[in-house]
Amino acid sequence: MAKTSKQFIQDLPKIYGTYTGGFLLFIILMGIAEKMGLSGRNIGLAFVGFTILIYALIGWISRTTDVDEYYLAGKKVPTVFNGMATAADWMSGASFVAMAGGIYFGGYTYMAFLIGWTGGYVLVSTLLAPYLRKFGCYTVPDFIGARYGGNLARFCAVLILLIASFTYVTAQITATGSIAQKALSTPAFPVSFEFGCWTGLITILLCSMLGGMRSVTWSQVAQYIVLIIAYLIPIFWISWKYNFGVFPHVMLGDEVTRLAALEQQYGLTKHTKDVMDAAKIPSDALGNATSLKYIVSGHSAVPAGHEVAWRYISLAICMMVGTASLPHILMRYFTTPTVTSARRSVGWSLFFIGLLYLSAPMLATVSKISLMDPNLPTAIIGKKISDVMAIEWVKNWVAVGQVKIVDFNNDGILQLSEWFMNEDVVVLATPEIAGLPYVISGLVAAGGLAAAMSTADGLILAMANAISHDVYYKMIDPKASVKQRLIVARVLLVVLGSLAAIMASFRLTGILGAVAWAFDFAMSGLFFPLVLGVWWKRATRTGAIAGMLCGLIAGTAYLVWVGVPNKDITFFMGATPWKDIHWIFVDNLRFGIPGALVSLIAMVTVSLITKPESKAVMDMVDEVRIASGKTVLRGA
Amino acid sequence: MATPKQEAHWQKTKGLMFITLAIWFFFSTVVFMFAADLNTASFLGYKLGYYMTAQGSMLAFIILIFWSNNRQEKIDREFGFSDEDREED
Repeated sequence: MAKTSKQFIQDLPKIYGTYTGGFLLFIILMGIAEKMGLSGRNIGLAFVGFTILIYALIGWISRTTDVDEYYLAGKKVPTVFNGMATAADWMSGASFVAMAGGIYFGGYTYMAFLIGWTGGYVLVSTLLAPYLRKFGCYTVPDFIGARYGGNLARFCAVLILLIASFTYVTAQITATGSIAQKALSTPAFPVSFEFGCWTGLITILLCSMLGGMRSVTWSQVAQYIVLIIAYLIPIFWISWKYNFGVFPHVMLGDEVTRLAALEQQYGLTKHTKDVMDAAKIPSDALGNATSLKYIVSGHSAVPAGHEVAWRYISLAICMMVGTASLPHILMRYFTTPTVTSARRSVGWSLFFIGLLYLSAPMLATVSKISLMDPNLPTAIIGKKISDVMAIEWVKNWVAVGQVKIVDFNNDGILQLSEWFMNEDVVVLATPEIAGLPYVISGLVAAGGLAAAMSTADGLILAMANAISHDVYYKMIDPKASVKQRLIVARVLLVVLGSLAAIMASFRLTGILGAVAWAFDFAMSGLFFPLVLGVWWKRATRTGAIAGMLCGLIAGTAYLVWVGVPNKDITFFMGATPWKDIHWIFVDNLRFGIPGALVSLIAMVTVSLITKPESKAVMDMVDEVRIASGKTVLRGA
Repeated sequence: MATPKQEAHWQKTKGLMFITLAIWFFFSTVVFMFAADLNTASFLGYKLGYYMTAQGSMLAFIILIFWSNNRQEKIDREFGFSDEDREED
């Protein structure tokens, strides 16, 4: 057994190399099939079906009945592969589908998400990952429970984990549902969004139920490969097709400059609330478009002023600190063979994440210039509206309400401010916009699905493991047999997944709003209890409990108080009106700042007025701080 | 209680942590306090403020993590606390 598993680890590069080659071959075959007349719909279906089948197959092959395998993938995931799995775990439907679109419309201010979703890994690598790995815990609450002792501390950590992960997973299932819906619908057999959600959920569960962390790890590596290929091919292809440069990332300088000139030529106009209402385009109280967007900010311009700088930095800080507190990411570093490899694996994670994040602004650039530059055959801005409406991809997206043209000045010519598009469409439609073959659109759909599924997998597993290990095994029935524990874990996967799918079918928020909240919840409750657990010996149990609860309550209270400038979620917020907080600019996306501050103050104050922890705890912390030796939990 | 060797190892580790976080703070926060001013300069044909948010800081984070990890591994080896030769526990 030990020998075959060692052989398996050695064979990994070969296995995934073959897999990547096979996938590329599949893309080429699909391209040939398209030339021979296979319809676009069938190509999309083939891509989605083929990849889902592979993930499910990996999930089935990796089934296990061993606790260490189920919770920690046997602690033998090699550094680089764990980096890929973490990257897939990390990059959600929001990163893949929404991010380039956000940059496309939001420009500089939106790019705070790029910094926020990468910089956090520096915190993970220096402050947490190696120490949590040394601890040898199964889940993040397991660390809190062992470091601070007592069921209450453990339970608080489980509570925060559930709130943050559930907020996040709902958005992932929403994304899975809408992509599955698009791919599976045929004119003869249209499927509903709910059907898409449930189909997505079933495939997500196929990847995680039988083998827990082990299945999820190996399918996430496969999903990373699909999503990065799907993201990079269109960018390189478009860049080559229109001679923007062989290597777009370092060679799009001219295009970015050209966009600034074109923006000046066409003019960036911001519509008032009345104009938006008259055109029946949803907008918030300030007249900012909420679903269908138009370009108002310069592509590469950085607005001056303290307000912009503070908004940017505060958002980046929330996302970075949130990154270092999200349990589904931290638990990936429990699966490496050694402490050193856990630390190295963080670097590889960020490298693989960077491949996509460094490309997102470039995708936004090539997509925008394809629409705006009159020298390109694909341009639509400045053309006759009747001609634009006749273009195939415009017709398709208008039909589903994702694209809209409003001729405000009635001149029959499409102005920059008359072109409205849903953010998510930018990534999904760019291949069509630039006139690439349909096979690339199918590939992009498969990539988006892989991104949303891999994140949902990690999140549902984090939640189910926390309940099955920390609540059921550690608190309710410490004598439970391995078989019972794994049955409970699997039942929980199904229950939690179903709850998330039901929530998703209500369609409460856009993908991004809910995602940002998950970071704020995690940072409010978990960041300081986790970090101080390693870095401050004086931190006590009561202090940690105070930190978790006060942080969570303060963050949530602030969120409810500040409200959201979007009517869609009054269901959740009650009748709280949105507050125009122009004095500090800490809005609903940034409620982690007050939350984490309260958490820090509460934790430090209460720790200092309670008795220091026992010598046994001090020794445990000393042991955690060095890489060598047995894991703390196993040694104890 | 921590042995003097563990104490010394932790002092060095803490020192590295503060340096790493200072560099991190520079690229994640300080740069973007002055992004509007940086945007008048140019790099690789991109405006510098735009470049830092689109690529520059992210590249800095990646390099920073690998650099800091190497330093930490050196510290671990120096005090004999390295676990690199360990296969599994």
